[in-house]
Amino acid sequence: MNAIEINGIVKSYGNVRAVDGISLSVGEGEIFGLIGPDGAGKTTLFRIMTTLMLPDSGSGTVCGLDIVKDFARVRRIIGYMPGKFSLYQDLSVRENLDYFATLFGTTVRENYENIREIYSQIEPFEDRRAGKLSGGMKQKLALCCALVHHPSVLFLDEPTTGVDAVSRSDFWNMLSRIKASGVTVFVSTPYMDEAAQCDRLALIRDGVIIGTGTPDEIVSDFPYRLLSVGGDRMYPLLKELRKTDGVISCFAFGDSHHVAYDPAVTGRERILASLADAGFRGCSAVETAPSVEDCFMWLSGSGDN
Amino acid sequence: MKEFAASAVKEFRHIFRDRRTILIAMVMPVVQIILFGFAVSTEVNDARIAFCGDMSDPEVRKTVDRIDQNKYLSIVGRIDRPSDAEDLFRKNRADAAVCFAQDYGSDLISSGRTGAEIICDGSDPNTARMIASYLAGVISSEQTDIGISMAGEKKISMTPVVQLMYNPAMKSSYNFVPGVMGLILMLICSMMTAVSIVREKETGTLELLLVSPVRPLWIVISKMMPYLALSAVNFASILLLSHYVMEVPVNGSLLLLSFAALVFVVSSLALGLLISVISSSQRTALLICGMGLTMPTMIFSGIIFPCESMPQILQWVSDIIPAKWFIIIVKKVMIQGDGMASVIKELSILAGMAALLLAVSIRSFKTRLQ
Repeated sequence: MNAIEINGIVKSYGNVRAVDGISLSVGEGEIFGLIGPDGAGKTTLFRIMTTLMLPDSGSGTVCGLDIVKDFARVRRIIGYMPGKFSLYQDLSVRENLDYFATLFGTTVRENYENIREIYSQIEPFEDRRAGKLSGGMKQKLALCCALVHHPSVLFLDEPTTGVDAVSRSDFWNMLSRIKASGVTVFVSTPYMDEAAQCDRLALIRDGVIIGTGTPDEIVSDFPYRLLSVGGDRMYPLLKELRKTDGVISCFAFGDSHHVAYDPAVTGRERILASLADAGFRGCSAVETAPSVEDCFMWLSGSGDN
Repeated sequence: MKEFAASAVKEFRHIFRDRRTILIAMVMPVVQIILFGFAVSTEVNDARIAFCGDMSDPEVRKTVDRIDQNKYLSIVGRIDRPSDAEDLFRKNRADAAVCFAQDYGSDLISSGRTGAEIICDGSDPNTARMIASYLAGVISSEQTDIGISMAGEKKISMTPVVQLMYNPAMKSSYNFVPGVMGLILMLICSMMTAVSIVREKETGTLELLLVSPVRPLWIVISKMMPYLALSAVNFASILLLSHYVMEVPVNGSLLLLSFAALVFVVSSLALGLLISVISSSQRTALLICGMGLTMPTMIFSGIIFPCESMPQILQWVSDIIPAKWFIIIVKKVMIQGDGMASVIKELSILAGMAALLLAVSIRSFKTRLQ
């Protein structure tokens, strides 16, 4: 049985279709990543799956329980960490944790083993008000509160947004340990570089899933070859590259441009040559392996056509 | 039940850690009682009276002395013509003027027919009316005395004796203490409940509460607990203040009064919950409480304007305001000293409203986000 199974979920706000017919299945015990930019409909999908919102149409189950009809039972077996830090800022770390444990009919002592590893890092600050914690510690506390009742499925809505790079990689390490304890993790993020940490991914854009699979599958589905092109005048270079024969797409990618080209039509030398003709001399071009971000850009670009 | 207790404890912590709010909630009733008691008083004290008349006339002198001795009135000076009164009013040096007719004393003695004119500053009609009646009272009693002593025989004269039952001193505090009690209890309960629920909506914690297996109803009811406690404290402090500072007696049963307050508080808590359902931000909740609750309560509950003198339609409006019924009960129990039997109608209306509001607000409270 899949941990999460949703079918044709649609949700509109007025005229805006936030979620437009999404179907997904998440296997038990995997870390499933929902990757997409802000405004793609991630949070809405989370709220529907966590029974906080009703879909306009479509159906879904979490651990076999219907997310609409059995919502009360679904709420017992899931842990949810919303995107915004949503704990009581005026309560201390310990009071927050105790409160959420009681809400789920358990105590911190009973489930201490579940959260020990994470909680031990914030335990020295037990008496500090949650509002006075640093970003990384807030996030750990929120994770503890979502885990304290030992849920079967953990929903994490953009847990790493606004957290520094070290804390982010810490966080992913924690997730893999949570997964090892048998919890299915459904996590969303706008950061493409975190995609590789997931077992499986779904790429979401404008309320539609534009690709699913393991990170490797998604990358290997990329049908073109990729060049990383650098030069002096980056913006004119970008415009020139987009006009070049055989170039499928070109996006700014950090300090270089990622150029997807059709190997049947053109190649590295020909692209460099045509750039030189256009007056862009001394450009560097290195063949690179496509990343999930490249795939996302390509998939969302093809969605437009 | 454990969940309920934990939520209530959490709610108490929120309040006790928010020093400013608790200070406002505790001090507001005290300030309001003192404000209404001393500043917003409708009683007239030390009205400044000018007079116009012949000071060599002994009757005029006697009357003027009598006015000056009245504890609510004091003579500030003499004017030559009645038309000078306007000048004094404009310069704000007098509140009213009394003008005696020529030959006031001799006419009064010979024929008993004479006149005195009272000129008041009508720009403040309530005060003017009160000063005028005080003055008229003083002059007519003086005339009666003179009539009796001069003629040496009893002329036909009749003065009605007015007795104000339950409030012999005609203190306005007898009216505003029940009013302020109703207003404060409603404000504390409905406004603070609404704001505290909406705050959880704003910060996103409500999302977490809803996702938990606890029935949202329990969370909501546990939220009301601290405000219930707070209103009990306020109820006590208003009673103590009004009793020891304003000298308003508690003639009836304190138990009955407290029970009525409890029913009223429940209706206010339900109103607060209802407001929290329809508002999405603390600001909206505050606005709805201010415009939709406080103002209608001030106007329609009979605190300021008597309901009986309103047009029929507005009287119907006033009937749906819980505070009106509560204030009637408080007046009856606290000041008239009535028992259960005489407030049973008002109490049942209030209880019915509380039940209805509670049912509606709990039904409309959503177990999901909108």
